[in-house]
Amino acid sequence: MKSNTGELYFKSYLMREKIIGILEKNSVPLFFLLLSLMGFYFSGLSTTFVTNQVITRFIRNGVLVLALIIPIKAGMGLNFAITLGALCTHAGIIIALNHSLEGVSGVLLILGSSILLALIAGYLIGLALNRARGKEMITSIIIGFLGNSIFQIIFMAGFGTVIPIKNKGIALSRGVGVRDMVDLSDFRKLLPGELTPEFMGVDIPIPMIIIVVSLGSLIHYILSTPFGLKVKAVGESYKNSKLLGIDSDMVRIKAVIISTVFAAIGQFIYLQNIGIANVYSAQSNADIFSSAAILAGGATMKNSSVKNAFLGIFLFHTLFIVSPQAGQNIFNNPALGEYFRSFIAYGTIAFAIVMNLRKSVDSA
Amino acid sequence: MHNKLSQIIIAVFLIILIISAFILGMDLSRLFNDSISKFLMNGILVLSLIPMINAGAGINFGLPVGVVAGLLGMCISINMRLNGISGFVTAIFFTIVVGWILGEVYGRILNNSRGREEVTGTFIGFSFIFLMNFCWTLIPFKNREMLYPIGGKGLRPKIGLNNYFKGILDDFLLLKLGSIEVPIGSILFYLVICLFMGFFFKTVRGRVMIAVGENIRFCRASGIDVARVKIDAVILSTIIAGIGICVYSQSYGFVELYNSPMMMAFPAASAILIGGASRNRTYISEAVIGTYLFQSIYLLSSPIANEVLLPEVSEIFRMMISNSIILYALLKQKGGKDEV
Repeated sequence: MKSNTGELYFKSYLMREKIIGILEKNSVPLFFLLLSLMGFYFSGLSTTFVTNQVITRFIRNGVLVLALIIPIKAGMGLNFAITLGALCTHAGIIIALNHSLEGVSGVLLILGSSILLALIAGYLIGLALNRARGKEMITSIIIGFLGNSIFQIIFMAGFGTVIPIKNKGIALSRGVGVRDMVDLSDFRKLLPGELTPEFMGVDIPIPMIIIVVSLGSLIHYILSTPFGLKVKAVGESYKNSKLLGIDSDMVRIKAVIISTVFAAIGQFIYLQNIGIANVYSAQSNADIFSSAAILAGGATMKNSSVKNAFLGIFLFHTLFIVSPQAGQNIFNNPALGEYFRSFIAYGTIAFAIVMNLRKSVDSA
Repeated sequence: MHNKLSQIIIAVFLIILIISAFILGMDLSRLFNDSISKFLMNGILVLSLIPMINAGAGINFGLPVGVVAGLLGMCISINMRLNGISGFVTAIFFTIVVGWILGEVYGRILNNSRGREEVTGTFIGFSFIFLMNFCWTLIPFKNREMLYPIGGKGLRPKIGLNNYFKGILDDFLLLKLGSIEVPIGSILFYLVICLFMGFFFKTVRGRVMIAVGENIRFCRASGIDVARVKIDAVILSTIIAGIGICVYSQSYGFVELYNSPMMMAFPAASAILIGGASRNRTYISEAVIGTYLFQSIYLLSSPIANEVLLPEVSEIFRMMISNSIILYALLKQKGGKDEV
């Protein structure tokens, strides 16, 4: 009898330890879940509306968030230079519209040219980040800013002077520079609308969900290939993997290239889903919101997975959708909800950087 | 003076700009006046980066924290309806108080991510701006000139200083030599801050700060409280940044709240880097030269670009210059060290 109670105690102890372990491990996602639920409660929005919105956001932002996974695995932290990958897509779109290509051929040209540009950009970013090892994140932020300026110079001043205008519809009336807003509705209709069944008032766009999920599986697959194992080894220790005969620098460059290409594809999916693009500013905040989303899903500066990415999008974007309305209802001021969500986005990143680096500082 | 190359490039660029301004027949004395006033406007913000760089915490991309301290100081002073010198002095006083507190907290957070202060600071700065946006809306300030005209709740994004301390330093002892104006008051204030910094780095505490920046392991081994020294450096940087924004605002004539401090760190960082600062040691002279070069380029490139190129391009071009300089400085040190 006595041993039985002892065993019971032991079991309950194990159980408690296990629960605490799970809670600790998932503290960030749980925090976001709590915030989202509170926001949802105060916003008074309907479940159908929020679910519809979250599904749309999942499609729009999914691939951009996936782009962050491999650089994190390679020990480079968050790659804020994914904005540059997104700009490659903008360049591709301008090229396609300039040649007045529509439909499938247009999409193929956009994807082809943006992926090509992303390969080049990714290689250059990789070289830069290898030089700035240990300071990848701040460097990638500055690269993002710089890339933005270069893009603007090319398409504001170069378009019409150096690059010949073939389609007057996308140029500004003065004859130099691309218009701010370009219409992408031709590309939007590509995927048949009949495949969007409605389930209890929620639209489920199956083709797009399949695309995002399969790109997620692709990342998952890449991480299980020999290359993926090398990435993990480099992420564990740059020097040790070098001693093992892995070309660590090359692995890091490849990781950034994959990230940039995924960002380019992700931005295309994002823009074609919206149907209209501001070529100069649609990419801004892509880095911040994607990073905040993957961290909300439980990723750290050292480890992340497709699961973190997908979970994070749901949690972060639920909060994103409900907070302005919640701000309106609690403080009678929708701006406060917007400040709150921006604070959460930046604050999550700051928190994650401090928390993850604390251990490495203590050991150093 | 480690960064000779970029200094030479920028100086040559500036000379080209001056020559082209001359060829385009611009009013050179007005440009000179503007360059002096821009230099004095931004000078102290750039100086504020020095303590953290010297303590080995890198460039303070969390400059918005200090800027917010200054904004809060000014708002408190305006709320008390103090004008003239008493208003400015009160603003500086509250800036120092707020900056001290914020600097202590900010320094403690940064100490947890040693070696990566720059990226941590960037995000602490950004997130702090949004946290403060809450406060700008909710703190019950009473002075109606600060609040939104309609509703009367929440501070307005741009508070005019005409009735308070606009130009308190700029108009003090304004010397006019023909068409050239020399704001002696602002120059004196700037010199006082420079001398204070120079003096501080001559004292024992200042020397210890430099030592920590140069060799943290040695300092720890010799029993120096490294964490405390770094926090002190952050406090100093934050307070001076706060004073810097006070000087900026009195010259500009407006207190800009909400998202305006968002991008302030980057021009300041590139200014000090142009001056020749390395990311672990810098001198006051470098900050002074850098600010003048950078602000002159900022000033000159815009009218010239208007004449030669398209108007929007000048702003983009300046952003490009400023970010290229920061990127160059980040890449110049070959990687390989995980902790500085």
